[in-house]
Amino acid sequence: MKKKNRIWLRVILLLALVVLAGVISWPKETKIQIPKPNINFESKAPFVKIKFKGDLVNFKINYKIKEGLDLQGGSSIVYVADLSKIPDKDKSKAMDSLKKVIENRVNAFGLTEPIVRTSKSGNEYRVSVELAGIKNTDEALDLIGKTAQLEFKEFKNNEFVLTGLSGKELKKADVTFDQNTNEPQVSIQFNSAGAKKFEEITGRNVGQPIAIYLDDKIVSAPKVNEKIVGGNAQITGKFTFNEAKTLSIQLNAGVLPASIKVIEQRTVGASLGQESINKSLIAAVLGIIAVCIYMLVYYRFLGIFSTIGLGLYLLFMLAIFKLFGVTITMAGVAGLILSIGMSMETDVLVFERIREELRKGHSFISASKLGFRRAWPSVRDSNAVSLIICAILYTAGGMIRGFAITLALGIIVGLFTTYFGTKTLVDLISKRKFTSRNWLFRVEKWEDK
Amino acid sequence: MNIIKHRKWWYLLSLLIVLPGVVSLVIFGLKLSIDFTGGTIIEIDGTKDKTQIEKLARDAKFENLTISQNDKYILIRSKVVSEEKHKKFKVELNKIKGAKEIRIETVGPSISKEITTRAFTSVLLASVIIVIYLAYVFRKVPKPASSLRFGVTAVLGILHDALALLGIFSILGFLFNVEIDPLFITAVLTVIGFSVHDTVVIYDRVRENLIKGTSETFEGVVNRSIVEMLDRDISTSFLAFIIVFILYLFGGDSIRYFVLTMVIGILLGTYSSIFNSASLLVTWQNIKDRKAHQK
Repeated sequence: MKKKNRIWLRVILLLALVVLAGVISWPKETKIQIPKPNINFESKAPFVKIKFKGDLVNFKINYKIKEGLDLQGGSSIVYVADLSKIPDKDKSKAMDSLKKVIENRVNAFGLTEPIVRTSKSGNEYRVSVELAGIKNTDEALDLIGKTAQLEFKEFKNNEFVLTGLSGKELKKADVTFDQNTNEPQVSIQFNSAGAKKFEEITGRNVGQPIAIYLDDKIVSAPKVNEKIVGGNAQITGKFTFNEAKTLSIQLNAGVLPASIKVIEQRTVGASLGQESINKSLIAAVLGIIAVCIYMLVYYRFLGIFSTIGLGLYLLFMLAIFKLFGVTITMAGVAGLILSIGMSMETDVLVFERIREELRKGHSFISASKLGFRRAWPSVRDSNAVSLIICAILYTAGGMIRGFAITLALGIIVGLFTTYFGTKTLVDLISKRKFTSRNWLFRVEKWEDK
Repeated sequence: MNIIKHRKWWYLLSLLIVLPGVVSLVIFGLKLSIDFTGGTIIEIDGTKDKTQIEKLARDAKFENLTISQNDKYILIRSKVVSEEKHKKFKVELNKIKGAKEIRIETVGPSISKEITTRAFTSVLLASVIIVIYLAYVFRKVPKPASSLRFGVTAVLGILHDALALLGIFSILGFLFNVEIDPLFITAVLTVIGFSVHDTVVIYDRVRENLIKGTSETFEGVVNRSIVEMLDRDISTSFLAFIIVFILYLFGGDSIRYFVLTMVIGILLGTYSSIFNSASLLVTWQNIKDRKAHQK
């Protein structure tokens, strides 16, 4: 009686997982909104004080599978930074600000998810930039790599002259909105040394313009309204949002703390990526069909379970990809397709063992139980080796990392679907009378043996 | 069916599989991609005029220049091209009607050195960990077998697969300019996983049969284990094979050789698992026995 209950528990759990995975991987934006009665709950028990109030239960699910660089098209660039002039203790700080600066510059392109990472390899300090979806790489390279010279000049004797205030003292520039007029403006912020200089300069130039030069080109010449203390200032003018944004980027461009040089660059056209996706999808569908046919022909009745299991596997994988935002790359797709084969191998090992036990004369109930149990050591050991290799590959980074992650995920999910999903289904029918017919499992009558 | 009995023939067959590749490796070596050598590759679409492109590249002072052409693109390879040189080149390129740079890849010397070291260490690391893991997993295997030998023979099987793959790709490199890139290393490691997979299934059965205990010789137990697992190994390998083969036929171009490596590797791995690894176990055992006898 107890055993039976446990099977049903597993069936319910499996169904719940399927529904959950189904909801998550539903292609369009899916919203789960549970209308919430107002709950006011207060626990007055000693030691445990719980206060709960309000209407929290209202969550939205909106996931999209992220496509990697090679599928979206785009560029990946690795720079080496020249930090030779920066003292050792400040080097990691310099890299942080370098990263910030490059991030700022990269954000100007309006890409969905540009990635900027810093790393140290040997004595080299590196910054890697991934620009998925970028159209004009050369422009990006120009803007990122620019060792811009930002200078503030004041108006004297009919010309602009240097004030000694430069991009080095500028902390950052942002687009903000005027609180009264709601017009876009550019806020700039200086470090403490810069703030002091800026105070002096604005003090002696009230009513006069201060020009901001980037690489000897004037980008803006706002008029000073009053002496500015504290190093925070706003540049206002009849800016459109885009103009304000451009200006803020130009200002930020002046803050690059170290010169950088390209040491690796890869560009992939987006059309190539789309073509690859379509082709791989076709390959995946054909592969799945071939595998299912093989399993059905070779294992007959059990093949039905592995077909269902494969369906579960794909559903779970899709859900995981969406949930954790796994980035899909071309090599990742290959890993995914490969893992379909891997997950079927687990089925093969189990089914072969079941057939072996059937041949020995066991009933299907005990043969299926023994099959799953006795196949486990070889399933475990062979998959463990594959997982170890995935771990080694993961450390390689780049395109290979995507392959390693999807393959490893596939192996784990495959093990789970076989040993939980398929096993539950097999247990569910194992007591039925028809399972005593051995031809269902392509098992020769055991008397023959 | 007695596979072990004819093991000398299988060793010979393995030698025949590996030998041409090794010869090619010695004579022609490997065609390495820029990931390992460092350099710049530029792919140009929209023009068929190779000499014109070559002139542009020369004018822009690209070093160690080679230009090749397939039915679609013109491919420029050279030492690392600096941004300024590239810009100069591109300005000129854009003057040619229809010509377009569709891909540029640059790998600097420090990066390529790193990739090379990593390729070596990952293969080495994989081998060492597999020996240790298998020795650990099979630690309870009863006498006369020894768990360390399970690990070592499995890795010898792997090395056979890896060496054969390298050799085949050396030949492919010579004939069709197929390059060795980091994805090749990835494919080799994946194949190693597959190969060990099949070997483990057989070894697992050897262990089970040894634990059950029979009057058979060690050789007999190993052979029976292989035969009993033949269905399983062929089924699993066939499934993996059919999947990568379909991917090879219909998948995208960018991973074609990556997938081909796996197609060949799975066949090699299946062969070495069934015909080599367990046979080596028996050979090793026999040598031990003989030595013990002499004492």
